[in-house]
Amino acid sequence: MTFDWQYMVEVLPYYKTALWLTVKLAGIGIMFAIIVGIVCSVIQYFKIKVLTTIVQVYLEIARNTPLLIQLFFLYYGLPKVGITLSEEICGIIGLTFLGGSYMAEVFRSGMEAVTKSQIEAGKAIGLSNSQLMRYVIIPQAFSYSVPGFGANCIFLIKETSIFSGIAILELTNTTKNLMGIFYKTNEALFMLVIGYLIILLPLTLFLTWLERRVRHAEFGN
Amino acid sequence: MLNSGISVLFEGINMLRIIEGLLVTLRVALVAVVITIVMGFIIGIIRTSKNKFVQLLFRVYLEMFRIIPILVWLFVFYYIFPANFDLNLSSEVVAFIVFSLWGIAEMSDIVRGAIISLPKHQVESSKALGLSPVQMYRYVLIPQAIKRTIPPMINLITRMIKTTALLTMIGVVEVIKVGQQIIEVNNINYPIVAFWVYGFIFFLYFCICFPLSRFSRKLEQKWAA
Repeated sequence: MTFDWQYMVEVLPYYKTALWLTVKLAGIGIMFAIIVGIVCSVIQYFKIKVLTTIVQVYLEIARNTPLLIQLFFLYYGLPKVGITLSEEICGIIGLTFLGGSYMAEVFRSGMEAVTKSQIEAGKAIGLSNSQLMRYVIIPQAFSYSVPGFGANCIFLIKETSIFSGIAILELTNTTKNLMGIFYKTNEALFMLVIGYLIILLPLTLFLTWLERRVRHAEFGN
Repeated sequence: MLNSGISVLFEGINMLRIIEGLLVTLRVALVAVVITIVMGFIIGIIRTSKNKFVQLLFRVYLEMFRIIPILVWLFVFYYIFPANFDLNLSSEVVAFIVFSLWGIAEMSDIVRGAIISLPKHQVESSKALGLSPVQMYRYVLIPQAIKRTIPPMINLITRMIKTTALLTMIGVVEVIKVGQQIIEVNNINYPIVAFWVYGFIFFLYFCICFPLSRFSRKLEQKWAA
């Protein structure tokens, strides 16, 4: 296996753009996924009528179908019934749709991990519902959710590789194109792997550190 | 107008082809799952060893598959082997290899976690009874660990089935590819067919994965008590 280093330097700018696009799309997608996740988990936690059922259906659909087919449906299917979206919007919607369900699950189990005695104690000292949320449930739920949240972030960033199916020029798709043009398979794939490592390795280490750090916030352990 | 497209699904042998494509998908998933379960248990047990080198080796292996997306692994195996080692693997074989390697990595972590989470006195009392390590694993640890591995294992299987959707990108003719072929044939007469075909495949995946994830949640609730 030989490497053409000269070539790798030449195509570096393409990878830089692609890396940036990957990070950007993943970042936006994760942000929206967090919002969707919080809304869904709050609805589930308080068991708001009707809405809980809707959320439940959404969670099952999003969790039990592959992202690729969700994206194909958005990108190739919807324009035929008159809804045309650009590929990047499709990608973000797809990632939010999938990510929101995973985030909701994590946040909900985080909130449910806060023991009942604490909520009762909070009520006993006269906290209102919103105060209870703000000062008792959320800070603890947050620390319980961090490990799952981190795993989801990594999962979602990895899922962006599937965007190559709908013509978004992110890392994987750029690699595929470059392989097609120059036929330098080894170099292109090597750069691709390095690209993902650059994004995910620091993030993994950071999340491991964060996990240890927030454990101090848990009550009674 | 909406009706004009959906009929394509039932025209000629289209439905049969989609089902055949689905069987290819499931065949890949099934073979990979069987290999995963068998090897995952073996490697998971090896990973409980105290040897630092063994731990590090398998940790690196696991993290490699956790950090690098499966699609990238598929590309790596699909393009690197023929180009460098003169080894022409069919895309389905590549799929078997990658899915098994990935599954084994994840499964071994599940098994290891389950064995480690057993209370320590189980190991100590079996040693006190004079069981050999093989007997200890065979009669004490594994039977107890199995209960804790099955729900996450089913989750892993659903994830693997979902991920088989990626096989279309390395040219396996599975359900999505067949769908695309049907769309290409009918696109001029019924532009709307893409909506129905992708919608239908969406529905098919849901039908396979939903019962599995339901089942794993049921088991989890049942055994948690």
